[in-house]
Amino acid sequence: MTDHNKRVDEATGTNLVGHEWDGIEELDTPLPRWWVYIFAATVVFAAGYVVAYPSFPDVGGTTGWSSRGELDDALKAQTAARAPVVSAIAATPIEQLAANPGLMRSAIEGGRAAFKVNCVQCHGSGAAGSKGYPNLNDDDWLWGGDIAAIQYTLQHGIRSPGSEEARFSQMPAFADILSRGQINAIVSHVRAISGQGKPSATGAQLFAENCASCHGPEGKGMREQGAPNLTDGIWLYGGDRASLTQTIAKARYGVMPHWAGRLDDATVKMLAAYVHSLGGGEANPAPAAPVTADAATGEANVGS
Amino acid sequence: MSALDLINPTSGLYRKREPVFPRVVKGRFRQLKWAVMLLCLAVYYITPWIRWDRGAYAPDQAVLVDLANRRFFMFDIEIWPQEFYYVAGLLIMAGIGLFLVTSAVGRAWCGYACPQTVWTDLFQHVERWIDGDRNAQLKLNNAPWSAAKLGRRLTKWSIWLVIAMATGGAWIFYFADAPTLAGQFLSGDAPFVAYSTVGVLTATTFIFGGFMREQVCIYMCPWPRIQTAMLDEKSLIVTYRDWRGEPRTQGVKKAAAAGEKVGDCIDCNACVSVCPTGVDIRQGPQLGCINCALCIDACDEVMGKLNRPRGLIDYLNLDDEKHERAGGAARPILKTLLRPRTLIYFAIWASIGLAMLFTLGERARLTIDSAQDRNPVVVTMSDGQVRNGWTIKLRNMESRPRSVELTMAGLPQGRMWTDAMDRKDAARSVRLNLAADATTRLHLYVAAPAGPAGETPFALVARPLDAPLNNASGTNDGREAARDIKFIRQ
Repeated sequence: MTDHNKRVDEATGTNLVGHEWDGIEELDTPLPRWWVYIFAATVVFAAGYVVAYPSFPDVGGTTGWSSRGELDDALKAQTAARAPVVSAIAATPIEQLAANPGLMRSAIEGGRAAFKVNCVQCHGSGAAGSKGYPNLNDDDWLWGGDIAAIQYTLQHGIRSPGSEEARFSQMPAFADILSRGQINAIVSHVRAISGQGKPSATGAQLFAENCASCHGPEGKGMREQGAPNLTDGIWLYGGDRASLTQTIAKARYGVMPHWAGRLDDATVKMLAAYVHSLGGGEANPAPAAPVTADAATGEANVGS
Repeated sequence: MSALDLINPTSGLYRKREPVFPRVVKGRFRQLKWAVMLLCLAVYYITPWIRWDRGAYAPDQAVLVDLANRRFFMFDIEIWPQEFYYVAGLLIMAGIGLFLVTSAVGRAWCGYACPQTVWTDLFQHVERWIDGDRNAQLKLNNAPWSAAKLGRRLTKWSIWLVIAMATGGAWIFYFADAPTLAGQFLSGDAPFVAYSTVGVLTATTFIFGGFMREQVCIYMCPWPRIQTAMLDEKSLIVTYRDWRGEPRTQGVKKAAAAGEKVGDCIDCNACVSVCPTGVDIRQGPQLGCINCALCIDACDEVMGKLNRPRGLIDYLNLDDEKHERAGGAARPILKTLLRPRTLIYFAIWASIGLAMLFTLGERARLTIDSAQDRNPVVVTMSDGQVRNGWTIKLRNMESRPRSVELTMAGLPQGRMWTDAMDRKDAARSVRLNLAADATTRLHLYVAAPAGPAGETPFALVARPLDAPLNNASGTNDGREAARDIKFIRQ
């Protein structure tokens, strides 16, 4: 073998490794030295890497690095970067947010992000709602559409169990109170006042006796009770006969959770700003006005 | 010969640089080179300092690439990012311009205007000033290191470095207000990118101009190689009339007395010694030759002393060279310059330029864009009407605040309002004030009575309420901007 190793290929001047297959021989062309050195260096590097970084299940590296820790750091950095704006929003009374356009813009964008996490499950990603879940883009508000009223709704919820200050009202199920025919007559009346059908004298009479206390004598609703306006073009549960019959007979009991305690004040404010910005937000009530939408004062605000 | 020698010729892909010490030369092409160098350097250094009054709302620098605000200013022309095709057009013109120049006068770009040539030339002049002419430089180069040699080298490098820093320094002024940036730069308040840019450009200028020189042309630059495809037998190149010069001999009188045939070339090597890239033009056209014509000057000087006609080395295309070799009379140079190929290149180049000028004069300075709300598309309002929404972008590209009326063409029952308004103030049009040289973004709502599902096309029209501005570019003609959109009912 040693003799073979010393043999040199005449054509190229390269050593032969000594293997021969049917007269074909292999030239001894070793890997380039730089390649071998780099390869060795990577092996050394890998050994160090295994020690320094987590390489086995449940065993951390000496550097203490972890991908989750990196994410936490990134989130902390984000929170810290946002902190000045968030604390400024937290410190600003919600009615005065609009006076600072830059802050308002930040609040709306922050609310847009928070909405995607907390609200889209019911209200939809475009806040367009669905049956039983109000469309937040329109100008119809059950409990008030100025930014402070929206904030109150977000904080305390609607009929939310566990929230003392939740907006609360309960429509009776009239199936136990009225006959089928009477309910039918009220349905006819409600369809008449919303421009969908012929008037019914019996229905009007029954409406005045049973419904007007909350929905108002003209059916224009009452925000203190969260009683919807029955004369407008928007129906939360549908405005057709079947839906209306169902609503009157069995009543509705829509629940929105309260967010105070689950989201911080600034986030609730940002959500209120976002919802208010969707195109149906109402102006802040003038302080001197006798009528206010703030449920806490208990004054009437009929119609819209 | 072994097989390896065949696949790996001894010359290799790179040859170690042999220093070039070009001798100083006088003559018409040297004069031209001086003039072009002066012009190029003047344009490069002075341009960012030219002021241009654009009023209160735009910078007053004549040429400014404002990357931070994404604006490009060039005298009366202001380009926004979406108009970047003008820059693309300029680049295409530059490309075709190089085709034109190359097919007509060969590597004139390489020989006179290329920054590598201009700065190398400048550096070589500094070199001659410090070290003396070719012979002194050679001697110094071969001398062992001594205090005197080190002193000269350090002096030369320092001057190069100053030139290099000035070169890099001038570049950044194209990207910010020059006087402000100059002050910031000196006081250390300039942004980091300014210092790093100057650093990189200083390093490249110093290395390329001082040490790499012709190696940049031979090994790094793609242009000499592209020219191989661009040049034809009608392109002007620097040519040695070998039929006249050969056989070259140094002892002309002795050879003539011996009855030998002698050519005009006395093999004095003047053409080689003045060459900034160190080639011997007598070997024919080659990659290293940048066609700077300094060898023509050198040879003309020698021919003058010998009372021989000038032009042993000359600008001459290969076709004419063949013609003259066969005994034909010299042809006028215009025939080389004006021929179908160059004229077609010129026509293409000029029509792109004219088309750009035309569109530049016609382009709108007020534009409107819209994106319709998609989630939800349609919102039913409490009064039964339906509402659509759009995000509107109004671009006011003039350097003054403008007042426009946004109106609807079509959709007669529609009423519009913006996110800054209340719906009770909705109308057929809204008045908007647009900030100068800026994009105004707003949310627009349009409500119309409900109806059968479908799309109703209409147009949003932004109509200027202010008087048109008349300035030199003639672009601000008070035209309205319109956008066709659809009102959707479901």
